[in-house]
Amino acid sequence: MTFAEIQAQANLEWEALNNGGRPQITVGTATCGRSAGAMAVVKAFEEELQAKGIDAALVEVGCIGPCYAEPLVNIKKPGWATVSYRNVTAEMAREIVAAFLLGDDPLAKYALGVFGEGEIAGIPNILSTPAFKPQERRVFRNCGTIDPTNINHYIANDGYIGLNKALGMRQEEVVDVMKRSGLRGRGGGGFPAGRKWEAGLKAKGTQKYVVCNADEGDPGAFMDRAVIEGDPHSVLEGMIIAGYTIGADTGYIYVRAEYPLAIRRLERAIQQAHEFGFLGQNILGTNFSFEIRIFPGAGAFVCGESTALTLSIEGKRGMPRVAPRPRTTEVGLYDKPTLLNNVKTFSSAPMIITRGAEWFASVGTEKSTGTAIFALTGKVQNCGLIEVPMGITLRDIIYDIGGGIADGGQFKAVQTGGPSGGCLPESLLDTPIDYDSLDAAGSIMGSGGMVVMDEKTCMVDVARYFLDFTEIESCGQCVPCRLGTKQLLDILKDICSGRGKPEDMDLLYELSHSVHGGSVCGLGQTAANPVLTTLRYFRDEYEAHINDRCCPAKVCKSLISYVIDKEKCVGCTLCAKSCPVQAISGEKKKIHSIDQALCVQCGVCLEKCPKKFSAIACVSPKVKQEES
Amino acid sequence: MKKVTLTIDGLQLRADEGSTVLQAALANGLYIPNLCNHPDLVPAGLCRVCVVKVDDWKISISCKLPVKEGMVISTEDPEVQRIRKSTVELLVANHPMTCLTCSRDANCELQRVASYVGITQESLKRYRRSVRQLPIDSSNPFFDIDHSKCVLCGICVRTCDELQNINAIDYVRRGVHTTVGTLGNKPITQSCCESCGECVARCPVAALAPKESPISMREVKSVCTYCGVGCGILLGVRGEKVVGVRGDRDNPVNRGSLCVKGRYGFKFINHPDRLTTPLVRKDGVLVPASWDEALERVAANFSEHKGEQFAALASARITNEDNYLIQKFTRAVMQTNNIDHCARL
Ligand SMILES: Cc1cc2nc3c(=O)[nH]c(=O)nc-3n(C[C@H](O)[C@H](O)[C@H](O)COP(=O)(O)O)c2cc1C
Ligand code: SF4
Ligand code: SF4
Ligand code: SF4
Ligand code: SF4
Ligand code: SF4
Ligand code: FES
Repeated sequence: MTFAEIQAQANLEWEALNNGGRPQITVGTATCGRSAGAMAVVKAFEEELQAKGIDAALVEVGCIGPCYAEPLVNIKKPGWATVSYRNVTAEMAREIVAAFLLGDDPLAKYALGVFGEGEIAGIPNILSTPAFKPQERRVFRNCGTIDPTNINHYIANDGYIGLNKALGMRQEEVVDVMKRSGLRGRGGGGFPAGRKWEAGLKAKGTQKYVVCNADEGDPGAFMDRAVIEGDPHSVLEGMIIAGYTIGADTGYIYVRAEYPLAIRRLERAIQQAHEFGFLGQNILGTNFSFEIRIFPGAGAFVCGESTALTLSIEGKRGMPRVAPRPRTTEVGLYDKPTLLNNVKTFSSAPMIITRGAEWFASVGTEKSTGTAIFALTGKVQNCGLIEVPMGITLRDIIYDIGGGIADGGQFKAVQTGGPSGGCLPESLLDTPIDYDSLDAAGSIMGSGGMVVMDEKTCMVDVARYFLDFTEIESCGQCVPCRLGTKQLLDILKDICSGRGKPEDMDLLYELSHSVHGGSVCGLGQTAANPVLTTLRYFRDEYEAHINDRCCPAKVCKSLISYVIDKEKCVGCTLCAKSCPVQAISGEKKKIHSIDQALCVQCGVCLEKCPKKFSAIACVSPKVKQEES
Repeated sequence: MKKVTLTIDGLQLRADEGSTVLQAALANGLYIPNLCNHPDLVPAGLCRVCVVKVDDWKISISCKLPVKEGMVISTEDPEVQRIRKSTVELLVANHPMTCLTCSRDANCELQRVASYVGITQESLKRYRRSVRQLPIDSSNPFFDIDHSKCVLCGICVRTCDELQNINAIDYVRRGVHTTVGTLGNKPITQSCCESCGECVARCPVAALAPKESPISMREVKSVCTYCGVGCGILLGVRGEKVVGVRGDRDNPVNRGSLCVKGRYGFKFINHPDRLTTPLVRKDGVLVPASWDEALERVAANFSEHKGEQFAALASARITNEDNYLIQKFTRAVMQTNNIDHCARL
C-alpha cells in the first residue's frame, strides 16, 4: 500500500467512528485513569450498552490531563456537543447511559464541561474555563482523543505524515527544520534539539543509534508515561525520523519497568508500525531501514542521565561517564554515535516536520519555543498534567489552571524540576516559564514536575525530603555527590529535629556550592538546588528552627507539641480515646492533659477534638511538661 | 613525542602531547592533590580532589584533562580551593580517625591530601561524622578489606579489570552505601579473585591491606624464584628476616606486577623446614652434605642409567635457559628423548 492509500483507509475508519451516526463513549484508561477505577467504568458501559441494546462505540483512550477528575468519560452523541464527565463510577456510567444515551438528559451534575460544536444549557464549555483556556495541546495533541492501540486513529490525525515528508527531504533539510523550530530538549537540560540532531548527522561512523529516554525518574513526574500510553506512535515516528536524519538503523526506548502499560503500548505500536511499513526494511519504499527495541530500565534515577542510560543498556552498572569526555552524539551506546532525546522531544518532531518550524515557534518565547508540559501537583485545586505555551507565568499556571490553593490555604512556594530544582517564593510568581528564567531564579525547568506548597509546608523539611531522595539515588562513584548529599541530609535532619547549630547555615551554603562545582553529573551538580533556594528565599524558617527550635509550619515533629487549652476543654474524652500511645489523661467532664513525655506528635487528638471545642492546638517550639 | 607548553600556577612547562594536566604536573615535580589517579590505570576522575581552574574560567579535574598548547592552569584559585577543601573534609568526616594504629600511617594518600589541603579540627567539627560500619572481610589469607577506610577511588576495581583482566571486584550497592565488593557481595575468597594482591598494592589507603605488613628496614633487589617469568622483586628485610615483597616497577619483565606466590609466598625463606644444604642418604638416613659430595653422588648414579632407563622432568620454576640445558643434557649426555616439563599438565 502507498502512504496515500494507508491514509485513506485510516480516514475512513476515523470518519466512521466520529460521524457514523453512532454515539461514541471514550474512557481515559491510562495508568492514572486505571488507578482511579476506569476499568470498572469501561466494564459498566460495556454491560449496560449490551443490556440495553444500544449501538455505540466504546473507545479506550489515554490520559486527558485533569487527574483530579479521573476517571474521565467523554460522550459524543450525534447532534450534541461532546460532554465530559468527571470522577465517573460504574453506577454513574449506568445512570449516564440511561439518562443521556436512552434519553436526552446529559446529566449536568456529573459533567465537567462540554467541547466541540454546540452548547448544552447548564454545562460550561471546557475550553473557555480558566483551567483549560491557557492550555495549548501539542505534544498531548492525541492523548485522550485517540485509541492508542489503533494505528489508524493516529494516522487519521496527521500521523506519519512527518515521516513520509522527511523521507522525501535531504537529511540536512530535516536538521535545518529542527534547528529553526527552536525545539529544546524536553528531558530537563534544554539543549537545542536541532543542534543535537546535526551533531548526530555529522558524527563519523557507519553504525549509529537513536535512543529515547523514557526513564522518567523524578518523583511525581508522569508526563512521559502519559505521552507513551496515550500516543505511542508519535514517539516512534519521531524516533524513525531521527534515525533517518542521522543515519541510524536501530533505536532503543529505555523505559522504566514500573511502566508496564506503557511498555505494552509500545510493543503493540512497534508491531503495528512494522505491519504498515513504517518500521523494518525499506520504510515506505525507500532504502531506509530502521528497527526499534524496548529496554526496560530497573528504576534508578541516575539511569535517566544520558551516559548512565546507554551504559545500562549495554548491561553495565549505570554510572555517568566522567567529563572531559566526548559527547554521546560521538561516543554513545556501544561507543557508537548516538542521538539521545526525551520522549516529548521525539514526540514533537513529527508535528514540526509536518507543520513547519515557524508553526512550532509561533508559540512560546524567543529562546524557548513551543509548549511546556507539567505534572501540576501539591496544594492546588486542580492537579494533573497540563500543557502550556512557554512564557506563561507561574501565577497563571497555579491560579488559573490549578484553580488556586486547595482548601483555602495560603501559597508559600512552588517547586519545579524535582530533586534538581528549587523552591520559588510568592515574589517570583510572575516568573515566566522558560529554561532561562527558571534557571536565573535558582530552579530549573526540569522534565516537568511542579509541586505547589502552602503555609503548612516546612521548607527545611522540603529540602530534607529532596536530599533524602538524591542521597539514595546517587550512583556513589564521585565523592562530592556521594558524601556531600549525605552530609547535607544529615545536617538538614539535625535542623529538623532541633539539633541545628548556628554555623550550619554557612556550612550548608558552602557544601552546596562545592557539591555543585565538584560533582561528576547533573544529579550531584543540581542536588543542592533545593537547599540553596530554600536558604535563599526562606532563610527565616532555617533561623527559626536553629535559633528558636521552632518549626513555623508545625511540621517537624521534634519541634512541636500538642497542647490542650484548659479554657476550652470540656472533658469529652474523645482525644484520650483516640491517642495511640495513651498520652492523654483526664476524667470525663474534667480537663484533659497530654503527657509530653509520651506524646509522639501524631496529631490524631487535634483531628478528633470536635470543631466546636477546638481545645487542642499544635504549637512550636515545644512546651515544657507543666505548660501542657 | 610532540610537546606542548602550558602554564601551571605561573610556571611554564613542557609536556607530552596526549598526557593529562595531572601527569604533566607530576612529571615536572609539581604536586596536585589526587586520590583516584594511578599511573598504571586509565584515569577515572572520581575523587574530584585534583580540581583545577582552566584558562581562568572553567573548573575541571586535572587527571582527565588533556594538555593543550597555551593552556593556563591554576591550582590555588579560590573556587578550586573551596571545592577541594569541602571534598577532602567530606572524606575525612567519613573516615575513622585511627591513623596512629593504621598500617598506612605516614604512607597514606588520604593523609597526604588532607595535610596538603590543610584540614583543621575546627573546620571538621562542623561536620556530622559518619564512618561506615561494615565487617572487615578477612576471608583472604593474605589481605583484609576494611570498608570503613575505603575512599572508593576505584583503583582496585580498575586494577583487577584493566591490568589483571580478572574482574573479581566491582562496585556494589549505590549512594553512600556503595562499596567495593564481589559478585553477590560474598567474601572475596568466594569470588574469582586470584589473590594476586595487585589491588592491595595500589590502594591509596589502608582499605585493602596485607594481613601482615611490617615496615622493612632495607630492601634487597632480587628475582622471584617461583617461575620462569623472573619477575623483579624487592625483598623487604628487617633484621635478618624477609618481611615483605613488592614488585620492582623498574624491572622490564613485570613492571611492578606480581602474582600471589611471588608477592605473598615468601615465608618459606625463613621456614625451619627449608633445605639450605644438600642432603645425601646414608644408611637410609638423609644427612647434610656438601655440594661437591651431592653432585658426585648424582653423577655416579646417572652414569649407570643412561638411555631408556632415564627420564627428566623439567620445572616451570626455573628459567628458559635452564630448561634448555636440561633437555640438552638429557638428549646429549643421558642419550634419551625422555624429557618432559611440568607445564604440560
Ligand atoms: C540524574 C539525571 C536524571 C535524568 N533523568 C532523565 C529522565 O528521566 N528523562 C529524561 O528525558 N532525561 C533525564 N535526564 C536528562 C538526560 O541526561 C538527557 O539530558 C536528556 O534525556 C536528553 O534529551 P533531551 O535533549 O531531549 O532533553 C536526567 C539527567 C540527570 C543528570
Ligand atoms: S554526581 Fe552523583 S550520580 Fe553523578 S556521578 Fe557523581 S555520584 Fe554518581
Ligand atoms: S498528638 Fe498523638 S500521641 Fe500526642 S497526645 Fe495527640 S493523639 Fe496522643
Ligand atoms: S588509611 Fe590513611 S587516613 Fe586512614 S587511618 Fe590509615 S593512615 Fe589514617
Ligand atoms: S587480588 Fe588480584 S584478582 Fe583479587 S581482586 Fe585484587 S587484583 Fe583482582
Ligand atoms: S579498597 Fe582501596 S583501592 Fe579500592 S576503592 Fe577502596 S580505597 Fe580505592
Ligand atoms: S585524581 Fe582526578 S578525580 Fe581523582
